[in-house]
Amino acid sequence: MTINEVQDSIIEEFSLFDDWMDKYNLLIDLGKELPVIDPKFKVKDFLIEGCQSKVWLHPDYDGKMIIFTADSDAIITRGIVALLIKVFSNRTPEEIISTDLYFIEKIGLRQNLSPTRSNGLLSMVRQMKLYALAFNAKKQIELRYGSN
Amino acid sequence: MKDIAEIRADFPILNRKVYDKPLVYFDNGATTQKPQCVIDAVTEVYTTYNANIHRGVHFLSDMSSEAYENAREKVRSFINAGKREEVVFTSGTTGSINGIAFSFGERYIKPGDEIIISHLEHHANIVPWQMMCERKGAVLRIIPINNAGEIILEEYLKMLSSKTKFVSVTQVSNALGTVLPVNEIIAAAHSVNVPVLIDGAQGIQHGVVDMKTMDCDFYVFSSHKIYGPIGIGILYGKEKWLSELPPFQGGGDMVDKVTFEKTTYNELPFKFEAGTMNYPGAIGLARALDYVNSIGRENIAIMEKELLSYATEKLSGINGLKIYGTSVRKIPTISFLLKDIHQYDAGMILDKMGIAVRTGTHCAQPVMDRYGIDGTIRASICFYNTKEEIDTLATGIEKVISMFA
Repeated sequence: MTINEVQDSIIEEFSLFDDWMDKYNLLIDLGKELPVIDPKFKVKDFLIEGCQSKVWLHPDYDGKMIIFTADSDAIITRGIVALLIKVFSNRTPEEIISTDLYFIEKIGLRQNLSPTRSNGLLSMVRQMKLYALAFNAKKQIELRYGSN
Repeated sequence: MKDIAEIRADFPILNRKVYDKPLVYFDNGATTQKPQCVIDAVTEVYTTYNANIHRGVHFLSDMSSEAYENAREKVRSFINAGKREEVVFTSGTTGSINGIAFSFGERYIKPGDEIIISHLEHHANIVPWQMMCERKGAVLRIIPINNAGEIILEEYLKMLSSKTKFVSVTQVSNALGTVLPVNEIIAAAHSVNVPVLIDGAQGIQHGVVDMKTMDCDFYVFSSHKIYGPIGIGILYGKEKWLSELPPFQGGGDMVDKVTFEKTTYNELPFKFEAGTMNYPGAIGLARALDYVNSIGRENIAIMEKELLSYATEKLSGINGLKIYGTSVRKIPTISFLLKDIHQYDAGMILDKMGIAVRTGTHCAQPVMDRYGIDGTIRASICFYNTKEEIDTLATGIEKVISMFA
């Protein structure tokens, strides 16, 4: 699946529910299912501190794809994190950088992206793209000058 | 006296729905809703007599200047201050405290001097003093609290010494709702000739506040927390202090004579009101105080006491709910956590049920640190709330618990 196909499938999954509570229940379930992050990454270096809930995000780059793992102390935030990982993890840096993230708005979670919500989500999206940019830059340098 | 349905009808916003559910507004500690008369008073300024105050010779300027000064007199009378010169309009509580911390620091504070605040303070009554202490080489001392969220008065008494130059404490804790023993705090400070500022942001709207009996040197509060407009607040100061202190802002209207060599300052209270003041806000505040008086401050206190005991009983009965701040002297603010559920998760779900509460640290991080928690869910109730709304909150909390179980 392409990134946008993943986004579309998430939109479709959420469109099955009219009621807000059901959407939130889905987020809670997604949050509970999020694979556990290696505890050694739940440290300050990988913390994206929002005002209200904490998010830890760790990128692993194998030279081709970025694998993200993450966690949050709030379950709903963890659910949103799980969605972002579905979209962005196991993708090339170029894909991540060039993706227009439209699913959040489409499933009605836009309010969670508002800067005043300060739940770290906006910072998390930004951080994922920054990691992608950094890995991409590293790759370009390696291509040009070799890995050593 | 108006019944609760009539009172609620005075506040148009209380009638609205959010997410198709009736709004239950329990975030009054952050800001209160406005009665129609206040909204009308502000609209009236802009539609009928808007003009800058104290400046023009023309009809409208006279009218707005007079309304502004009448508002000052209204505030004076509401807090029973001795003179209208002692009532200064500011941007709000934060502006008032910053002003006094700056001016008092410039005029009186030397390295090694001590300023006392409490562990219950809002950041607005911590940071300005920290900034001043840093500038002046002074030391900030903190009155500790016990597990119930009450200050330990004996510790405060031990702290007072010849080094103490100022005491600044809140009347009521915004995070926990605790009412502080301000009379005792003020009397003890005065016995060693130390002035006291009382942060009334969470106190003014919950009962009678009287400058003569309280006898504090400074009292500050915000209009928007007592049903008035946003962006205006009060700095009350005893005349002996205000006439001694230098202004904290320079600009128009606060001056007597300006030359490039030297400027002399206007008389009180204008010395502290630099620039164009928020006169529509002041006029709206005066109308809000009229409104509060029309309900009766004693009546408000009685209604809120009943709501507090009902809510405390109702919420205490919920399995896994823990209340932070259990003093017997409280305003109807209930800070709580649900076992194993993040406050942010709970707040998000309550929001979807139309219930507005605040989650987080409530700008009082040291209070949260004291309990070793990241934040709480805070339901801050006021007299226009109802027992039915408290029932809705309790049902909502049960729902939250079932969702995250």
